[in-house]
Amino acid sequence: MQTIAVIDYGMGNLHSVTKALEHVAEKNQKVILTSSQKEVAAADKVVFPGQGAARDCMAAIDEHSLRETILDAARNKPFLGICMGMQVLVQASEENGGTECLAFYPGQVKYFGGHMLDEHNQRLKVPHMGWNQVSQTRPHPLWNKIDDNSRFYFVHSYYLETESPDLEIGHCVYGKSFTCAIAKENVFAMQCHPEKSADAGLQLLTNFVQWNGEA
Amino acid sequence: MGLAKRIIPCLDVDNGRVVKGVKFVEIRDAGDPVENARRYNLEGADELTFLDITASSDNRDTMVHMVEAVASEVFIPLTVGGGIREVGDVRKMLNAGADKVGINTAAIFNPDFVKQAADRFGSQCIVVAVDAKKVSQPGEANRWEIFTHGGRKKTGIDVLEWVSKMDEYGAGEILLTSMDRDGTKQGFDNELTRLVSESIKIPVIASGGVGTLQHMADGVLKGKADAVLAASIFHFGEYRISEVKAFMKAQGIEVRD
Repeated sequence: MQTIAVIDYGMGNLHSVTKALEHVAEKNQKVILTSSQKEVAAADKVVFPGQGAARDCMAAIDEHSLRETILDAARNKPFLGICMGMQVLVQASEENGGTECLAFYPGQVKYFGGHMLDEHNQRLKVPHMGWNQVSQTRPHPLWNKIDDNSRFYFVHSYYLETESPDLEIGHCVYGKSFTCAIAKENVFAMQCHPEKSADAGLQLLTNFVQWNGEA
Repeated sequence: MGLAKRIIPCLDVDNGRVVKGVKFVEIRDAGDPVENARRYNLEGADELTFLDITASSDNRDTMVHMVEAVASEVFIPLTVGGGIREVGDVRKMLNAGADKVGINTAAIFNPDFVKQAADRFGSQCIVVAVDAKKVSQPGEANRWEIFTHGGRKKTGIDVLEWVSKMDEYGAGEILLTSMDRDGTKQGFDNELTRLVSESIKIPVIASGGVGTLQHMADGVLKGKADAVLAASIFHFGEYRISEVKAFMKAQGIEVRD
């Protein structure tokens, strides 16, 4: 039996992530929602979701003493970061007046800004909420059977600016082009919510549960 | 290309059953929320909104079970409204699998509730629902106020001031219903929608009055809404979501195929 651990550090709705993974998991795979260091360490694959604000997210990680556990998982096994679970992998976020993050990768998380305009000069709302197109920067096993520029569901006010362009695996345009998915070795992380992105999202999660962690 | 305008069917729920369209839709059990959600998902709905129309505390557990059942099978964003009165209600719905909760009356009686809920769970899951009615007399400048109790009770609160305050308090989105148009099939109040949409930084969902495909498109083109919500035109099988999308696309509106 393989175990897929969804890390529960008390931040928001994990029901959808868990249910969507259960929906696509193979017969020999079990999905667990856990805040236990031991269970995450023992899992075969790890999903790191997240919601809410960066400061609360980092505080919750430390409150549950999960910092090292998360970093270990990101070093060693197929690892999927979602939304805030992608943002906190970099060095720092502008949110909450500046928040130090896990610094697993170089990069910063920045605010979209109050006055972005679209091509018709109409003001773009923040949060960036709804279905937007994800352009695949490079091929990756997790893009398997997903058309380039497929739409995924986004909801966020901050975006990732990576200092290492080879990290980018997907990008999106909202007022500006920004990195919406990153991947390196056994890690894949995205800003949008595959668990809420209908067929494309379920395909991505299917690809993840089948992934051996090799890019 | 970029962000798509969202089409959101709204389902009224009474005691765990969808109460509109019972005789009109061709599915085995028209009142079953999961069956309804599945069908709308297949037709291309961008989100689903479930509104608990009884909103009594007895009904709360039924609603929680319904949300759990829907969220276990349909993987698009799910908003739940009706009777959300305190932080505990928000938590229950989110834990059950809702992505957003709609707060209406409770925000009017206690605006700080919106702030608390947004701080605790994030703005992304807090939708403030606003029931607006025009109160200006002919000849005066147009003015809208918030009404409660299905449009019967006047609050004296100006809609534009209220939505700015809710934006500032951390709401992630405004669900704007024109009580003048609701149920009339005359189209959204696009003037109201545009004024609200242009005065705040968060997205606005237009609601109330849709009778035709053109009404849906006008909500975006004239009302500058970020999303359009409708109930009866979908329940009674007048239009499919795919038809709405094709129509809007033909008018140059970006939609999710």
